[in-house]
Formats: sequence, structure tokens, C-alpha cells
Amino acid sequence: MSVTVFLFYFLSVLALGSAIMVVISRNPVYSVLWLISTFFAISGHYILMNAQFIGIVNLIVYAGAIMVLFLFVIMLMNLNAESEPKKNKWLKLAGVVSGGCLLLVMVAALKSAEVKGELVQVKEGEIGLIENLGKALFTDFVVPFEISSILFLSAMVGAVVIGKKGD
Amino acid sequence: MQITLLAFDWFFLVEKLVLIIGIISVSLVIAMYETWAERKVAAFIQDRIGPNRAGPLGLFQPLADGMKLFMKEEIIPNTSNRMLFILGPCLAMMTAMMTSAVIPWGGTLDLFGRSIPLQITDINIGILYIFGVVSMGVYGIMIGGWASNNKFSLLAALRGASQVISYELPMGLSLIALLMLTGSLKMSVIVGQQLDGWYNVLWQPLGFFIFLVCAFAECNRTPFDLPEAENELNFGYHQEYSSMKLGFYLFAEYINMFISSVIMSTLFFGGYDIPFVNDAHLVESWGNWAVLLQGFCLFAKTAMFIFLFMWVRWTIPRFRYDQLMNLCWKRLIPLALANMIITAAIVLWLKK
Repeated sequence: MSVTVFLFYFLSVLALGSAIMVVISRNPVYSVLWLISTFFAISGHYILMNAQFIGIVNLIVYAGAIMVLFLFVIMLMNLNAESEPKKNKWLKLAGVVSGGCLLLVMVAALKSAEVKGELVQVKEGEIGLIENLGKALFTDFVVPFEISSILFLSAMVGAVVIGKKGD
Repeated sequence: MQITLLAFDWFFLVEKLVLIIGIISVSLVIAMYETWAERKVAAFIQDRIGPNRAGPLGLFQPLADGMKLFMKEEIIPNTSNRMLFILGPCLAMMTAMMTSAVIPWGGTLDLFGRSIPLQITDINIGILYIFGVVSMGVYGIMIGGWASNNKFSLLAALRGASQVISYELPMGLSLIALLMLTGSLKMSVIVGQQLDGWYNVLWQPLGFFIFLVCAFAECNRTPFDLPEAENELNFGYHQEYSSMKLGFYLFAEYINMFISSVIMSTLFFGGYDIPFVNDAHLVESWGNWAVLLQGFCLFAKTAMFIFLFMWVRWTIPRFRYDQLMNLCWKRLIPLALANMIITAAIVLWLKK
């Protein structure tokens, strides 16, 4: 068992374990913190696959910025396990059924997927390194890249417009 | 199955471990003496003497302070969230330490027939790594402030977090302009270019200024120390903390100050370059001593920035909160964007 394989299993267990904890934690603040640890584990996987740029950007954008906003909102709403309203039994059952359906669809989709049976490429491939990624983004994929930047710009303008409404 | 876990380079592991322990203890000691220096600088600026009882020139004052913090009673408020309450200062300390991993502290030492670079890891996303760690620094403040279960602490934590997130943007934008010039995110390459040529601050004076202001804000130092505004928020996000947990928060702040000074000297002031001297020749003739001298030069540059931090603290009063946000979003970000566009245009024009 080489170090890489060991790291792979460790990160997988960490990712799955914390993802489960996100769902079953009673306190929403704990859920957010477990979600952050899930992001860390996934970034670790990216780095194992030699996609360093995506790994670190995942941390900066999701764990560092978006989750902070989540934490803001949840801390200010002051949700507690005690103040949580009792949920209807039928609602719980419906939740279980729909969750099970999603699992079914995912298993079916993965079973027929092409990547099935292929091992993950660890420490291989150069495309994830920042220089190659930049070249690919600005030459081969420049049109989708620019279109997505326009999407972000419009989202930003929208946020400013909503924020200005009060004045 | 054979145990091949043992198959890696043990010398490498030991070497890195020694380096990590060394760097962490050095930053702890420097953080300790920063508290002493801060008092001395404050005393000098306010025409006082400052600490002079414990040891010569009051040099043992930090030890006495540390002792006092250790001896104090550890109080965890009854209503607070125990685990997160402890996690807060731990996170603050950890993120403060982690940044030092990618900084080149000196050239390459030759010991026991091995060449040992004085850098823990030279990843090719060095600067992004620093950003990642800096953006994690918010959690220490937020978790601590929330777990204290105190309205003032929560308010201070929210202030601190929004301040840090806001100032990360101009910081990143000012670095983009720098990266256009260097063409690499590796810290060793950025320093290497400055070893041979001019320091980056000559090409990027505006970028450096923006970075400096943002570094002040990221460290929660005056004039940006609104999370600790004692006239509005009692004591800020660490109000409920006592003993060494409080000490960790305060210590993390000083380590952050040290690390951001190191980053500024590395990115803009040539890192471990010995000024006015051809480093390569010196390393050839002096060997390891020249490498140590390089490390010393980095620390001298860092000390200069730490003094600047303190000078500003005892000179400029605190901003109001709306002034803080206006400065970031209406002044620094447009300025950084303009700097970026002008740099890009010039780089393109020169390369033609």
C-alpha cells in the first residue's frame, strides 16, 4: 500500500463521513462546518489527481468565501435543535422515498457509465497544472469561458441592483 | 501484502520535519518579541520608557506575560458551545502557521552531501495556497465569536469576517498585476527573478501599496481593528476567552503580522536577496554562511515591515465601519483594477 493509495482511502473516508455528518447533524452550524471539511477532502482528491489549480480554487471559492456567507446567515438566524419545528411524519416518509429514488437513479446512471471499471488516474496528466489549464481556457475554450464570465457579470449587476433598492 | 510504506526517503522526511519545527519555533519566538517591540515602539512614540523591569531593557517581559496567561483560570462560559469554543483559537493559530509552508526562507544549504532548500514545499500554486490559507483565517474569528454566545462577540466576529473577505478582493487584484510580470505562481521563481534583477516594488509601486493596506486589514491591525473596537464592542470577538485561549488569539494576530511582513518582503522586496550584492557569487565563495546571511536579510526586511505595522498602529486612529467598507469597495478595488489593466497593457505593448 503506497502513500498515495493510503491518502486516497483516507480522503475518501473523510469526504463520505463528513458528507453524512452534514445531513445528520442536528445543529445547522455543525452541518456547515462538516460541509467545509468535505470540501477539504475533495480538494485533497483533486490534488492527488494532479489538478492543483482546481483543488486550491475549490478551497478559496467554496470553503473560503461561499461557506463563510452560509455561516453568516445561519449564525444570525440563530437556529437551534430546540427551536426546530416538529416535522410531520408523512413529510419524513416522503423525504426518505424521494431520497431513495435519487439513489436509485444515481446507481443506475453510474452502472451504465463509461468510466465504470476505470481506475482513477493518480499523479498523472498535466492538464490540471495551472499553466496548461490557462492555455486550454484561453485558446480552445475561450468562447464558453467568456460567456460564463458574462453570466457572472450579470449576476453581479443583479446583486447590486437588489442591494440598491432601499435607497 | 508487503509493507512498502517504509519505502520512502526517510532523510527527506526528517529534513522537512526539522525545517517545519524550526520555522514554527522561530515564528513563535518572533511573535513573542513582537509584543515586546510593540510596547517599546508605543513607548518611544508616546515619549515614555516602556517595559524595563523584567530583565535588561525589559527583554523578559514576553516570558512574564506568557506566564501570566498560562497561570490564569481557564473559563468556558456555561452557555457557550464547548467544542467550537475550543476549536476557534485552535483554528486561528493553525491558519496563522500554515502560510509559512511555501515561503522560501533562504537559498539551498549544503549539509552532509545533500542540498537542502530552505523552503518547506515549492508547489507551483504558491501564491494561491497563501490565498487559500488566508481565506480560512476567517473561521477562527467567526467560530470563536459565535461559540461565545455573546452578542458583542458575534457582532465583532461578523465585522471581522466581512472585513477580511472584502479586503481579500483588492489584495488578489493587486497580486494579479504582479503575476503578469513574473509569469509564475511559484514563490521560488518570483524570488529568483528578483535575485538577478530589480525588486518587484519598482515595477509595481501601486500594487505594493494596495497589498500593504490590505495586509493591515487582513491582520485586523489599526486602523482596521474594528473587530476589537473596545469602545463599541467591549473587547471584540475574544471577549469571553481567558487564559491561554485568549493568548492563542492574540498570538495568532502577531504571527499573522509576521507572516504578512514576510510575504510582502518576499513578493515585492526580493525575499532573501542580499541587497547590492551578487548573491550567486557570494554563495559560491562563502557556501553555507552566505545562505544563512540570506535568511538573515529576509528577517531584516521583515523587521522593517513589522516596525511599519507598529508605527501605523500608534499614529493613525481607527476608521469608522462605513469608512472601512468605502475604502475597500470604492477606492481600493477600482484602483487595483486600473493598476491591473495598465500593467496588462504595458506588458502586451512591450512584448510585441
